[in-house]
Amino acid sequence: MDVDTLLHALFLGCCNVAQRGDFISGTASIAAQTISVVGTANRAAIGVELALQLAAEVLRVVREHPGRAILLLVDTLGQRLRRHDELLGINAYMAHLAKAIDLAERSGHRVVSLVYGQAVSGGYIAGGMMADACYALSSAEISVMNLPAMARVTKIPQERLEQLSRTSPVFAPGAENYLKMGALDGIWSGDLAESLRAALQGKSGADQRRARGAERGGRTTAMLVSERVRRDALK
Amino acid sequence: MKQSYHEASARKRLLGVLDPDSFVELLPPQARVTSPHLPALDLPVAFDDGVVVGAGALNGRRVLAASEEGEFMGGAVGEVHGAKLTGLLERAVAQKPDAVLLLLESGGVRLHEANAGLIAVSEIMRALLAARAAGVVVIALIGGTYGCFGGMGIVAKCCDVVIMSEEGRLGMSGPEVIETAHGVEEFDARDRALVWRTVGGKHRYLLGDADDLVEDDIAAFRAAAIRALDAARPPTLDNLLAEHAFLAQRLHLFGTCRDALDIWRALGLKTAESVALLDTAGFLEAAEKIRLRG
Repeated sequence: MDVDTLLHALFLGCCNVAQRGDFISGTASIAAQTISVVGTANRAAIGVELALQLAAEVLRVVREHPGRAILLLVDTLGQRLRRHDELLGINAYMAHLAKAIDLAERSGHRVVSLVYGQAVSGGYIAGGMMADACYALSSAEISVMNLPAMARVTKIPQERLEQLSRTSPVFAPGAENYLKMGALDGIWSGDLAESLRAALQGKSGADQRRARGAERGGRTTAMLVSERVRRDALK
Repeated sequence: MKQSYHEASARKRLLGVLDPDSFVELLPPQARVTSPHLPALDLPVAFDDGVVVGAGALNGRRVLAASEEGEFMGGAVGEVHGAKLTGLLERAVAQKPDAVLLLLESGGVRLHEANAGLIAVSEIMRALLAARAAGVVVIALIGGTYGCFGGMGIVAKCCDVVIMSEEGRLGMSGPEVIETAHGVEEFDARDRALVWRTVGGKHRYLLGDADDLVEDDIAAFRAAAIRALDAARPPTLDNLLAEHAFLAQRLHLFGTCRDALDIWRALGLKTAESVALLDTAGFLEAAEKIRLRG
């Protein structure tokens, strides 16, 4: 879905959101409240400049509009794979973005992320995945990497991975798999404005993803392991 | 006598950094908690899933600590590996130790557990920032064979303090990944000098992404970790605004540099070409006045 269509479906024209290159920012009004909209477009490869720009906008909202909800719009092919970004320390810029979003939540901003295009590994993990409430359109694709690349790197035949993906949500890309594993709160289709209204009303709190993954049967070990490390007595 | 951190196992590093006989492991190998996904791929499991976690003491202070083992799948984060780190950081929120030490050695997400690994790294990040917000200082130590890359490169920069050795490497996309994506002209992963000056400890220290640079010696890492115990920088708005100004300035200063040598010269390092030859003490002296500080 393109940005204009998405914004219209979410806000029915009640928004002042600009797209400059791959960067999206602005405000919108929904259910009688003003929210900030921040994100990326064009399946952006997020390099140091864009990561910094996204963080700047989140920090600006925290400073100038305490408590205002933030909608993160996600469409990214991941981190930019250039030597130049590594030279400048792209991991520090990505971490900075993650910290800015975390701070917003800790400071009482409701942060909701919506994958409306693609969400690939490093670009998603430092951005949208830091939100308390993560959603995706049914048409969205979330992945670490596609199966052919995964087959190449792991030296496991692609047919084998495809076969395993029919019964396990672990390997293959897809919003449904991330839902089963607890990383998404929900998948949106139909009335997007209503979905967003409901999401904005949710309460933020502790990380629920492992518990949801266990409930939904897609990721059962993480919860047990982390709980044991958290609570086991020292022997 | 010096004991190489670079060549030691995860357990040996951890035991050498902490006070003698102080470490107690949580979910030790005897608990047999292994990856639920690797057997489906006919791959061997490790009884600790490539990471040791537990509690101990550092200079008499109470700490929690984790150490990743590069020899098992490059230290990559799978479901169990990640959950152990997340659980340890959540334990820190509840117990408020004097610090959490993360001895990081990881290629990032374990591709064999793709989605589970990605979500796990995200959970580590949130738990880590929760620990810092609760007032616990989190210290990253990087000096292992496999470096610290991918999502774990982000995790490292979510910590209060990063300690590296010259041999340590820190980044996001590894040289091989970049070479695969954009060709050998973009990044020749076999050019060791190029790799080293792009992601190695000395460059990270000059750029301010490593706060301390030590010799490849377990005792030197221990001493640096002790120095970092009271270096908490909670992730407050003021601290993040300062970090933002720092990163913006760094990009402004070096955004057009194509090579680390250009950056080092721009910093005022007169003998940029000979940085590789300097021993740690000589390098620290040369870097003292000119390096950036985050």
